[in-house]
Amino acid sequence: MINLRDKGAQLWEGWNRPKRVTFAVIAVAIVGLLPFGGDFSFTSILNTPVSSYQSVLVYPVGMFVLMALGLNIVVGKSGLLDLGYVAFFAIGAYTAGVLGIHTHLNTWEILPIGMGMAMIAGVLLGLPTLRLRGDYLAIVTLGFGEIVRIVALNTQSIGASTGIPSIPTPPKTFGLKFDIVHNNSYFWVVLILILLVIWMIRRFTVRRPGRAWEAIRQDEDVAILMGVPILRYKVWSFSIGAAIGGAAGVIFASKTQYVAPNMFTFNVSVLILSCVVFGGMGNIWGVIVGGVILAYLPERIRFISNARQLVFGIALVVIMNVRPDGLLPRKKREKLGAVKEAKEVPNG
Amino acid sequence: MRLEVKDLRVQYGKIEAIKGISFVVEQGEIVTLIGANGAGKTTTLKTISGLRPVSSGSITYDGQDISKMAAHERVNLGISQAPEGRGIFPGMTVLENLEIGKYSRKERKSEMAEDLDMVYGLFPRLKERVGQAGGTLSGGEQQMLAIGRALMARPKVLLLDEPSMGLAPMMIQNIFNIITEINKQGVTILLVEQNAQQALQRAHRAYVLETGKVVKEAKASDLLNDPAVRAAYLGTGAEKGHH
Repeated sequence: MINLRDKGAQLWEGWNRPKRVTFAVIAVAIVGLLPFGGDFSFTSILNTPVSSYQSVLVYPVGMFVLMALGLNIVVGKSGLLDLGYVAFFAIGAYTAGVLGIHTHLNTWEILPIGMGMAMIAGVLLGLPTLRLRGDYLAIVTLGFGEIVRIVALNTQSIGASTGIPSIPTPPKTFGLKFDIVHNNSYFWVVLILILLVIWMIRRFTVRRPGRAWEAIRQDEDVAILMGVPILRYKVWSFSIGAAIGGAAGVIFASKTQYVAPNMFTFNVSVLILSCVVFGGMGNIWGVIVGGVILAYLPERIRFISNARQLVFGIALVVIMNVRPDGLLPRKKREKLGAVKEAKEVPNG
Repeated sequence: MRLEVKDLRVQYGKIEAIKGISFVVEQGEIVTLIGANGAGKTTTLKTISGLRPVSSGSITYDGQDISKMAAHERVNLGISQAPEGRGIFPGMTVLENLEIGKYSRKERKSEMAEDLDMVYGLFPRLKERVGQAGGTLSGGEQQMLAIGRALMARPKVLLLDEPSMGLAPMMIQNIFNIITEINKQGVTILLVEQNAQQALQRAHRAYVLETGKVVKEAKASDLLNDPAVRAAYLGTGAEKGHH
């Protein structure tokens, strides 16, 4: 089978800077124009039945990609199985709800606060639990996800089971209106967030945190012996992932203008994790593809109504059988024979 | 550099693996801990490097009690371990493995080229394999990488956990020659081995461990001629018995 990931990486490595910049600009422009894709006859196949195509692009597609990228830092890069990622999404969304209703802060001002709240939750959960390994961590995070939802469900001041209605939409920014008929504006905001996250992850990967995460993922004990303060880096990984989930939550709340506990079930955690695993754990491009497909496909095939989940499930099982490491897996170097010789000895 | 372990006790749950052992490693020495499987050799090393918590007793390094110190801080002090079973990062290249060995020395990039040269000097084979994934190396090469990587941290004391494990006799000779060479360059070595013959030939002093206790302590050359040690660890078939 062709290895798309390696083909792509090879192509990219062969390009010089102007070529890379041109490609990136064109790619971003195409993605940025996606909301208009529904309007033209030859791209109207993109249109989703039932839900508005532009709305689907924001939620679930954009949101899933954003959250999958965040969760990928935790699961894919650092090897920490987090089954309660929805908690951070919920914390971001509820922060937007509470502050949007009770203060005069607008969505952009709430965004960093929501990320901060999620991050604090990540640190509070991470410090005691990240000493655990593998399955134990998975169970604890699963519990945390449920606790957050159940607390929201039982707290009258944040609406209990009815949640928080009429959350304000973002103010008009750079001439862009944000409301129920202007989904494109949300899409572009999510796109910018996604690009920022991609940029951040790529910076991290080649620097100390990235190398520490990689070492922790491959062998925790040996990472310790190399002098990597593993708890610190695990908490970092966890809270950065949490902040991204929180950001998604804030945008989500300001778009739907309504949050309720039943939006933040274990299902969401599993779906986001599926995006990561399905796309290719540890590889951001794979994760993005996974997020897009898993979010978009169920909406696109809504015309088969009840059979939709079944078809979706079967498609997942089949693809995971054909490509057990995901659609675009990370480089599996331990399995390759001779890898190309390093051309030079880097100086650090 | 002086490493002193005193009345050290280590438990796995309720089972006591190390039952109060004491030993010293002086500057410039090769000290070996020999003993059968389950004697507590590996546990002792893991406790010194901080992977296992101390139940009681002390580990002092240059007069400072390090028994409660975080593992990564011990690396910063100059205690570096090449783990048992050649714990290299299989998915990283030889170069990446070596680079991460320098993790504790933060931004001292200027040292990188110099130390890589030092490691390649000891292990020319690693230089040939620099871009190859760690997991694709042969057993002996992986052991070289584990030792080389530990040296990247510029340790004052190097902890070696069964470097001969699973290697062919030729390779064992080769590895032990290099260990002796590293020691001559000024690195103190604490060596844990089941291959008592090799370990005793190379070390200055030795401690014999049995079920979590030190049962004998002597100059390595004396133990090599000790009838009891010969019978227990160097007897007929001992040369073949370590796989």
